Amino acid sequence: MRTALMLLFLLALAAVPGSLLPQRPLSQTAVARYFAENPELAPFLDRLGLFDVFASPWFAAVYLLLFASLIGCLVPRTWGHIQSMRTEPPRAPSRLSRLPRHATVRTELGADEALDVAEEELRVARYRVVRKDGALSAERGLLKETGNIVFHLALLALLISLAIGKLWGYEGSVLVQEGQGFCNTFQQYDTYSAGPLIDGADLIPLCVDLDDFRARYEPNLTPSSFTGDITYSRAVGGPEQQTTIGINSPLRVDGARLYVTGRGFAPIFSVTLPDGTELTDLSAPFLPTDPSTMLSEGVLKLPDLGAGRDQLAVQGVFLPTAQDVGGGLLTSVDPRPLDPAVAIVVYAGSLGLDSGIPQNVFTLDQDRIERGQLERVGSGNLRPDESLELPDGTSITFTGFREFAAMQLHRDPGQGAVLISSLAMLGGLLATLLVRRRRMFVRPGDKVLEIGGLAQGGSVDPAEFEQIVVRIRTAVADAAGRQKENPAHV
Amino acid sequence: MSDAASLAGLSDTLFTLTILVYSVATLAFAAELAFSHRASAKALVAPDGSVVSDQGASSSSRIGQVAIAVALLGTALLGAVLLLRGLAAERIPLGNMFELATAVAFVGVVGFLFLALRTPRLRTVGLFVMLPVTLGLVLVGLFLYTESGPLVAALRSRWLVVHVTTVSIGFGAFLTSGIISVLFLVRSRFEEAGSAVRGMTSRIGQWLPNSETLDRAAHRMVVFGFPIFTFAVIAGAVWAESAWGRFWGWDPKETWAFIAWIVYAAYLHARATAGWRGGAAAWINVAGLVVMFFNLLYVNLVTSGLHSYAGIS
Repeated sequence: MRTALMLLFLLALAAVPGSLLPQRPLSQTAVARYFAENPELAPFLDRLGLFDVFASPWFAAVYLLLFASLIGCLVPRTWGHIQSMRTEPPRAPSRLSRLPRHATVRTELGADEALDVAEEELRVARYRVVRKDGALSAERGLLKETGNIVFHLALLALLISLAIGKLWGYEGSVLVQEGQGFCNTFQQYDTYSAGPLIDGADLIPLCVDLDDFRARYEPNLTPSSFTGDITYSRAVGGPEQQTTIGINSPLRVDGARLYVTGRGFAPIFSVTLPDGTELTDLSAPFLPTDPSTMLSEGVLKLPDLGAGRDQLAVQGVFLPTAQDVGGGLLTSVDPRPLDPAVAIVVYAGSLGLDSGIPQNVFTLDQDRIERGQLERVGSGNLRPDESLELPDGTSITFTGFREFAAMQLHRDPGQGAVLISSLAMLGGLLATLLVRRRRMFVRPGDKVLEIGGLAQGGSVDPAEFEQIVVRIRTAVADAAGRQKENPAHV
Repeated sequence: MSDAASLAGLSDTLFTLTILVYSVATLAFAAELAFSHRASAKALVAPDGSVVSDQGASSSSRIGQVAIAVALLGTALLGAVLLLRGLAAERIPLGNMFELATAVAFVGVVGFLFLALRTPRLRTVGLFVMLPVTLGLVLVGLFLYTESGPLVAALRSRWLVVHVTTVSIGFGAFLTSGIISVLFLVRSRFEEAGSAVRGMTSRIGQWLPNSETLDRAAHRMVVFGFPIFTFAVIAGAVWAESAWGRFWGWDPKETWAFIAWIVYAAYLHARATAGWRGGAAAWINVAGLVVMFFNLLYVNLVTSGLHSYAGIS
């Protein structure tokens, strides 16, 4: 137990850096920021695995040691418990008056008859009773140890269920604009993670289209609900079904769940080239930087405007309800799209999308601007259907916006087992904390029954002891009464 | 003024009133201790140490009963604060830190009153429970106050009721337990050193019930709170599964709940381990309470995680 205690402390201590330092699975950007702010310290901490504590080998070492010590403790304990369930309660002590609780019951019955009555009452009170050397020994509360063992076994089961989820589980996230969709393949996700024992072929077939997305607000602009109407099919070309998902109500299919985890706006632009070619319905999701006003930032990259033409990038902010704060500066004052506008800066040149280096879709590569590969060619604030004319005659029009939903698909085959293990833990815990193992002894004396009680780690609950004594007293008196009325039957 | 606004206003008034009533209860508990001190000084003591005549004791005991009654009144008022807030916003009044801290204080005092009514000796603990709770409520009113209002979308779930109610009950039980463990540590120092200790330890030590009573009371509160807290964590995981897409993700709040759970598990183990019973176990219990407070204050106010909407803005 001393080892277990030490390992428990170690486990608690080991979890601390996981909440104080930024963690990769929670936020890659926070980790990157930490690296930028602490260029000396960060690589050292990284080598120790401190930016992904809960997947680090030393964290695993602590809990695996804890579980090893747990198994080492549990095996002999379970064996001992099975033995004690088979063993009868011990012989009654010679002087019951020395026990923590003690009472006497007067009776007219003979010793054997009185013991019969008392035995019956103890059995009704769910004690295991044996009669040894003319006295009763009764025991109850072995459930305490059973609960203890169940709790610890469930803890092991919980760990195994979590491991199953880690090995065979996967999740993918994707931003979906209204009118667009995705299928459950790794290629179509913006980001995904999968357990080591799963590959692309194991993914359940599911295709989802986002038909409509709505956000609702209270009068004080607290968001009250986000819901998306979706059409989905569980096989390519299979029958389509429609449903509505939202926060707190995911779609559940085949053990997978599809969630709405966030939302935002995607402004729509159209571009008219100097030769009159018009490209319409160009949009990119802009990420909200302030959830209370939904001021969002992003960039629309236009790499294919025709042979020999510069590539364009429209970088800027989207303001659902724009307000001029002076000097041509716009801000958003409401998360609802009541009076949308964009403030954009347009760059022309080479985006470098085919350089092989992965790019962030929400920002422009600042290096390319500094090196002159992208040149600023215009800027302006646009309301719907307003245009910005570039020096070369290209015109960029802000035509409107669509909402997008951040969707996440998650499948964890261990999840059900995790819940069952947790509930078994809780049940075991309640039994072990609330039940007490206690013993009662009854010995006949001269026209009395002596009753004594004791419990593990102290005395029996006085109310419970009193109740048993009263039951025995009443039953003995009743039996004596019957005997008087009808002595022949005894 | 709308009905909701007037209910919320009444709730705020009752909050102030609760602090006043709790202050009176605190003073009454202090008076009880002061009188019992004077009484024991005056009492006639026989050579074997038993008290022959103790006139002061009965008056101090009467003050103690008054203190309990006043604390009960204040607790009823605090309950009304939460009830009215709930009626004003038409939701469970556990949607922000102000409401959560109020609920924890409520449960903590209810826990103490339960112990004190069952074991009258524990009444002398009253000063040390009511004083921090009253000061805590003042700080909560000053720094965590939040207007009664609607909840953000993610909180609109039946699981909010289950999860946050059980968290508050568990936390409240841990609060009382932690305070009693601190008193246990003071009292055991007093018992070990006897008259050798002077100053605060000695003075407080002689007011307190014996260390075994304190140890049992602290343990009892953890035995009550721990399964409830365990259930709260499970309920939170079930809710997180439908709100955030995973049942556990090491969000800062989850991480600290895990740490707290481990520390309380360690406390229960320590109390059954030779060499750890008593002092060491009490320290672990106090550490558990520190972790709970850290989780409430630091994680909500300083870090940014998924639980951040439980903050004060």
